[in-house]
Amino acid sequence: MRNGHVLELKGISKGFFGTTVLKGVSLDIRPGEIHALVGENGAGKSTLMNILFGMQVIQDTGGFEGQVVVDGQAVTIDSPRRAMELGIGMVHQEFMLIPGFTVSENIKLNREPTRGNLASRIFGHRLETLDEPLMQADSRMALGKLALSIDEMALVGGMPVGHMQFVEIAREIDKKNVRLLVFDEPTAVLAESEASLLLDAMKRLSSEGIAILFITHRLDEVMEVADNITILRDGEVVSRMPRSEAKLGRIAELMVGRKIERPVLPPRKSEPSDEDMVLRIENFRVDMPGERVRGLDLSVRRGEILGIGGLAGHGKVGIANGVIGLYPSTGRVAKDGSQIPLNDPKQALLSGMAFVSEDRRGVGLLLDESIEMNIILTAMQVQGKFLRPGALQSLRLEDRSAMREHALEVMRDLDIRCTGPTQLVRRLSGGNQQKVCLGRAFTMEPEVLWVSEPTRGIDVGAKQLVLDLLVKFNREHGMTIVMTSSELAELRKICDRIAIVYRGQIAGILPPDAPDVDFGLIMAGKGAALEEVS
Amino acid sequence: MSDKLRNAYEQLGLPRLIIIVFLLVLFAVAVIMRMDLAILIKDSITRIGMNGILVLAMLPTLACGVGLNFGLPVGVIAGIVGAVTSMNWGLKGFAGFFTAMVIAIPLAVIAGYLYAMLLERVQGQEMMVGTYVGFSVVSGMCMFWLLAPYRNPAMIFALGGKGLRTTITLDRTFGKVLNDFLGFSVFDIYIPTGLLLFMGIFFVLIALFFKSKAGLAMRTVGSNPMYARSSGINVQRMRTMGVILSTVLAAIGILVYSQSYGFVQLYTAPLTAAFPAVASVLIGGASLRKATIGHAIIGTVLFHTLLTIALPVTQTVLQGADISEIARTIMSNGMIIYALTRAERR
Repeated sequence: MRNGHVLELKGISKGFFGTTVLKGVSLDIRPGEIHALVGENGAGKSTLMNILFGMQVIQDTGGFEGQVVVDGQAVTIDSPRRAMELGIGMVHQEFMLIPGFTVSENIKLNREPTRGNLASRIFGHRLETLDEPLMQADSRMALGKLALSIDEMALVGGMPVGHMQFVEIAREIDKKNVRLLVFDEPTAVLAESEASLLLDAMKRLSSEGIAILFITHRLDEVMEVADNITILRDGEVVSRMPRSEAKLGRIAELMVGRKIERPVLPPRKSEPSDEDMVLRIENFRVDMPGERVRGLDLSVRRGEILGIGGLAGHGKVGIANGVIGLYPSTGRVAKDGSQIPLNDPKQALLSGMAFVSEDRRGVGLLLDESIEMNIILTAMQVQGKFLRPGALQSLRLEDRSAMREHALEVMRDLDIRCTGPTQLVRRLSGGNQQKVCLGRAFTMEPEVLWVSEPTRGIDVGAKQLVLDLLVKFNREHGMTIVMTSSELAELRKICDRIAIVYRGQIAGILPPDAPDVDFGLIMAGKGAALEEVS
Repeated sequence: MSDKLRNAYEQLGLPRLIIIVFLLVLFAVAVIMRMDLAILIKDSITRIGMNGILVLAMLPTLACGVGLNFGLPVGVIAGIVGAVTSMNWGLKGFAGFFTAMVIAIPLAVIAGYLYAMLLERVQGQEMMVGTYVGFSVVSGMCMFWLLAPYRNPAMIFALGGKGLRTTITLDRTFGKVLNDFLGFSVFDIYIPTGLLLFMGIFFVLIALFFKSKAGLAMRTVGSNPMYARSSGINVQRMRTMGVILSTVLAAIGILVYSQSYGFVQLYTAPLTAAFPAVASVLIGGASLRKATIGHAIIGTVLFHTLLTIALPVTQTVLQGADISEIARTIMSNGMIIYALTRAERR
């Protein structure tokens, strides 16, 4: 520990297939320091952690530039095991626990203390007996450091989520040489009270000299426990500061802020207003794993482009999936005053809505079918288009020439680059696949179009094209568009209003030109602090 | 020209090319051994006609994502019940055949529906569960054959006067009604026109079905259930429909098979009914992800020609050693293993 840093990252850069994800990121942590790393989704936090833990994906994509220094010595971390040997532990966002094992068995998993016996003397150490009393004693000690009374003999399955989180932490601090713990969004799944227990535990650990790297979106937690704060945006460190100098509003602004060039969008004949609502959603709940919606109210103006933003896991993606009926939902959705039956995609589609899924390859496309079939199938099944006349609705035959004609038209309008309408969708690039998804939705000629993450995973040029298409259809056909996106910047480019979802509810609706700080605060659950700051 | 050849080759695929070459070799051997080619060809054509609809029955379940219908005996049994009921009434000729169909189809719909309900609970393991459903149904029906109130003396055990015989001849009822319909001979080869026509009608109907709204919905469910759901398609209903359609085709298929064979086989005979059909459709180039009418036709032709030709030829070459049944089993099961384990190229 020559310079007193337990970990130093020096000028880390990393690109995936030509896209730069990290640009010269540096970071120092001293023993006993709680260092908060904050940033939006996609700011590069996960990639940084993958590098720190030597995950395979980094090597598979060509390694990284820069240096990792532990205790003043440059090290090569080429596997999670190596990271563990160096005393770096990770508390995972998703629990990596075995439900059928007890707490102490989970804590000691694969590191069990053992005693020799007759069989092990003959067949080797793999057959040694577990030293259960020692396992339990160790587990109690580790749990004790967290000041938590969990029965170490209880089964993990069926425990409250908060307790599982603590077991996960106990497992890390039980490792004897642990010097740096990474907490990756540890409070995302916890209730308030559990979260505050966790923060206490973090403080206790740091007072024992363990350094903590705290990755989070929740700025109030950062303000409570962190000693130093590093803010990451678009793969770069935009600022670092000790907590004493930090202001909530300032962090939020730095986290979100980037120059937004809002292009001049074509004007409409009449601007959408609160007078004319096309859709009203009340007390809406969607049970979509990881993206739960919890009692949300939202109204959509006729003819507008409404953006839905918010951080991952807060339920923004669940809204569209629930309205269209793909995930179980309750509440009330009314279009033009008449209620739409929930949990029935057919009724939702018949009511004049269409949906472009965030899961392009999983939900949006038939990968092994032609472009043509992908474009027309939904409209055929729901609206009976592209069918030849016939007595029995379900036995009417496909109308090949109408299908082909329409497919060619869509391919021309959306500029889908392909060898022809019969090419398999699997062979298209991401951007062109996304255009096929849009074509599928436009073919329904919907009044309200739900679009989720339309630009995810496609290259920059294609992104702009997709956004332009949405604007074009909005302006030319008066199509109301509700667009969900993790990229605030693109929402601010084309939306009329932006609703921010926090913990499954709408935390606030802002105009696209609202200051960065407002967006940052609402996303981080500090909507109430908005007035104080301004 | 070479492009065209390559295209044709890629359409066909290596396995089918090998089998075609093998078939040609067999024919050559048959000529050299001075065997009666006319009989070999006639037998092949008849076998193709007999089995076509049973192979076709694989398509609906493959299309809707349930996989190969190893539970084919469910439908086969329904068909046999139709056959024996019609015989019990002493109906002859086409009247007997179509009455058997009229009885068999509703039974197959009901049985198929129940079978589909079961498969719905074991998603992801349909093929394994289906195999055992087939086995169980066949075994269970053995009791029915013994106890069922059929009274026609031509059908029941001569001794004891109760219970259906294991093999019942169709000579005096509807044996060969389709085969003989408009049949004629060219170059000593008998063409069973009615049989081929009947099979052809069903192939055309199913081909049309897969171009209809419901057929496309079924295919969509098979290739991506989530896409189907987001297109307002009722996934479970489509899977159920696919299984029912397959079961009905199996029932019709076994009737066609039996009338051509000349006998109805009861008790454990339907136990392995699924395997030749599965082998055929796979050899035709179908996979769990994609199966077309073309696959069913090519598969039926190749597999059944191979079975018909290979056995007499090897028998002649090996001078009377009776390996026919062994060879048949090795071939059909070997092809199933080969096709199911083969890495699928994209």
